[in-house]
Amino acid sequence: MKKKWSGLALAAGALAFSATAFAAPPSAEMLANACAGCHGTNGGSAGDTMPSLASQSASSIVESMLKFKSGERSSTIMGRLAKGYSDEQIKAMGGFFAKQKLHVTQQVTDKAKVAQATKIQEKSCGRCHLDEGKDGKDDTPVMASQWLPYLQIQMDLYTSGHRKMPDKMAEKVKELSKQDLDALMHFYAAQK
Amino acid sequence: MTLDRRSFLKLLAAGAGAAGLPMIGRAAEIMPKKGRRVIVIGGGYGGSIAAKYIRMMDKTIEVVLIEKNKQYISCPFSNHLLAGYIKDLSSLTIGYDKLAANHGITMVYDEVTAIDPAAKTVTTKGGNIAYDKLVVSPGVDFRTEEIEGYDAKTEELMPHAWKAGPQTILLRKQLEAMQDGGTVVLTAPLAPFRCPPGPYERVAMVADYLKKNKPKSKVILLDANPDIVSKPTLFRKGWEMYPGLIEYRKAAKVTAVNNQAMSVMVEGIDEVKGDVISVVPAQRATALMAGAGLIGEDKKWCPVNATTFESTLHKDVYVVGDSSSAGAMPKSGYSANSEAKVCATNIVAAMNGKEQVEMSGINTCYSFLSHDEAISVAGIYTVKEGKIVGVPNSGGISKLDYSDAKLEAKYANSWLKNILTEMST
Ligand SMILES: Cc1cc2nc3c(=O)[nH]c(=O)nc-3n(C[C@H](O)[C@H](O)[C@H](O)COP(=O)(O)OP(=O)(O)OC[C@H]3O[C@@H](n4cnc5c(N)ncnc54)[C@H](O)[C@@H]3O)c2cc1C
Ligand code: HEC
Ligand code: HEC
Repeated sequence: MKKKWSGLALAAGALAFSATAFAAPPSAEMLANACAGCHGTNGGSAGDTMPSLASQSASSIVESMLKFKSGERSSTIMGRLAKGYSDEQIKAMGGFFAKQKLHVTQQVTDKAKVAQATKIQEKSCGRCHLDEGKDGKDDTPVMASQWLPYLQIQMDLYTSGHRKMPDKMAEKVKELSKQDLDALMHFYAAQK
Repeated sequence: MTLDRRSFLKLLAAGAGAAGLPMIGRAAEIMPKKGRRVIVIGGGYGGSIAAKYIRMMDKTIEVVLIEKNKQYISCPFSNHLLAGYIKDLSSLTIGYDKLAANHGITMVYDEVTAIDPAAKTVTTKGGNIAYDKLVVSPGVDFRTEEIEGYDAKTEELMPHAWKAGPQTILLRKQLEAMQDGGTVVLTAPLAPFRCPPGPYERVAMVADYLKKNKPKSKVILLDANPDIVSKPTLFRKGWEMYPGLIEYRKAAKVTAVNNQAMSVMVEGIDEVKGDVISVVPAQRATALMAGAGLIGEDKKWCPVNATTFESTLHKDVYVVGDSSSAGAMPKSGYSANSEAKVCATNIVAAMNGKEQVEMSGINTCYSFLSHDEAISVAGIYTVKEGKIVGVPNSGGISKLDYSDAKLEAKYANSWLKNILTEMST
């Protein structure tokens, strides 16, 4: 019995090894699936402090990843992870997540705050965060339907100086109170 | 479709009756194979994901997931019960109904007793099932025979709690019953073992319980390894939160236990007594894997092709999770999840006559030091010269000054939520 297996083992080993030699480079799906253990299947997050990547704009994912990699955007863990990928691979993952269906989160937002923020958002944020946060361009992320706790964490990191804000965004944010900013986070989280 | 053992046996009886075959001698074939079929054994961190992703990638392949329990209890975060951060294991318990319904996976709740790689069948208590490809992710068994005096009673007296469930609850109850001023003894086996940071997280969880409830007590960690296996600098720093409560002894392998005396023997010479003792024996791939001839020369783990996770010993059998020898990837839930996806991709490719795809994997382990502080280790993996290796200059551990620990605890909670949701929906 033992002998028979070891013969088989050799044959199977040889077979498996030759298969490896012809493996194609990791596909976008292969790369991106590994992220889903944290960000959820196809980038749809079920955990409210973890950002959804599903239907995020490809360019914003790529920009974030490159900034994580260089350290320009501070992070707890993404910097360590982003360093494991080439720029090409990052582009492939950005494309993959951008194609996934918008992950509409079931979350409770404060209606009064959403209403309060509608005007402020038009005046202070809408220039860059287009279409009420549903559209992302260049390095500006889609924020519509993003998890509220995640957005609140990010706003805290910005205002406490732990995450570098784009200069023009900083000018607008400076003018606003803590309450206004909190209302804005409710506003974006509530967009579907 | 869901089959439990009872309907299984009915089906079996009906089948045998129709064919007029005697049921004695060999197990009957149940669920005759019609199209292409993959069987997955084990619905844990690896198996549930392999089953799901194969169906996500190709709906024409039938997937049968065989799992012995109707509910799965997560080891990740089970140490939290010891600290009292959770009151029971309900938040760590998942079922398979949604997963099966969402992806059209056939669930079979039964124990696999044998795999026949030549005949391409697996034997369950209910009968035989044929496969085209097989994925196995059954977790670990304990090498209890390496500890002198270890018997069936030891597991009750000194629970390992290294498989979450009744063992974890038992250990918690023993902590609750202990008098203040008592000694808790924890042990860590020689690496490689399931969850390298696990023992060091556990000592902090127990210390937090003692600090709040029994401050005159202490916890001793007897570590068989020459030093802390994972995130050593970070754990040492974290343990400073519990001054006087933690005693760490390296190169202190438990070689014997004494049930009557409630003591363990370190390196055959030094007897350590405890009021509460948790002995975590060294581990290996499960007996099922040994029986199927899937274990390699080290007599412990299952060697696999680094790109596909196909066994190098048997064709069409794939091993992921703790049982596999996955090169640089540690034995963790995140690794099992990532490996299962790599394996699923390459099984679907092979079954459709397509080119294999090079693996790309991730591991992350969050460890808690207190209720709201956590640290992490991360790695990205690729294949080089047939071996799984870490991508150079990437990954690593949290900031040494603990400045991110509060934030990481928040992210860690979502990690658990997301990975359990991946497994159960
Ligand atoms: C205390 C502790 C803390 C941990 N914390 C973390 C953490 O924070 N992060 C992390 O990534 N990892 C963690 N881990 C590690 C993680 O639990 C394992 O690495 C992971 O469960 C391995 O997945 P697996 O699929 O190999 O095995 P498992 O998840 O154990 O799944 C095996 C499944 O197979 C079933 N099975 C086995 N044999 C048979 C059979 N013959 N027939 C039918 N069914 C069978 C079992 O019932 C089980 O459901 C921790 C482990 C421990 C002990
Ligand atoms: C261990 C869990 C984990 C893994 C694995 C992980 N991420 Fe993240 N991700 C996070 C956390 C946490 C953040 C918030 C930033 C931080 O603190 O690191 C984040 C933030 C991001 C963001 C910014 C989103 C936004 O809108 O601001 C992007 C983009 C991202 N991750 C992409 C990825 C990609 C691509 C992968 C796979 C290569 C990946 N992540 C793997 C945990 C993870
Ligand atoms: C000048 C353009 C601009 C303006 C104005 C602007 N933003 Fe931004 N915002 C950006 C860009 C670009 C990013 C991503 C860049 C980065 O941080 O690396 C961003 C990121 C964010 C994020 C983080 C989202 C995530 O997924 O990580 C939040 C929250 C945010 N903006 C809120 C606001 C609010 C609220 C306003 C209005 C008060 C505002 N922004 C105004 C350009 C702008």
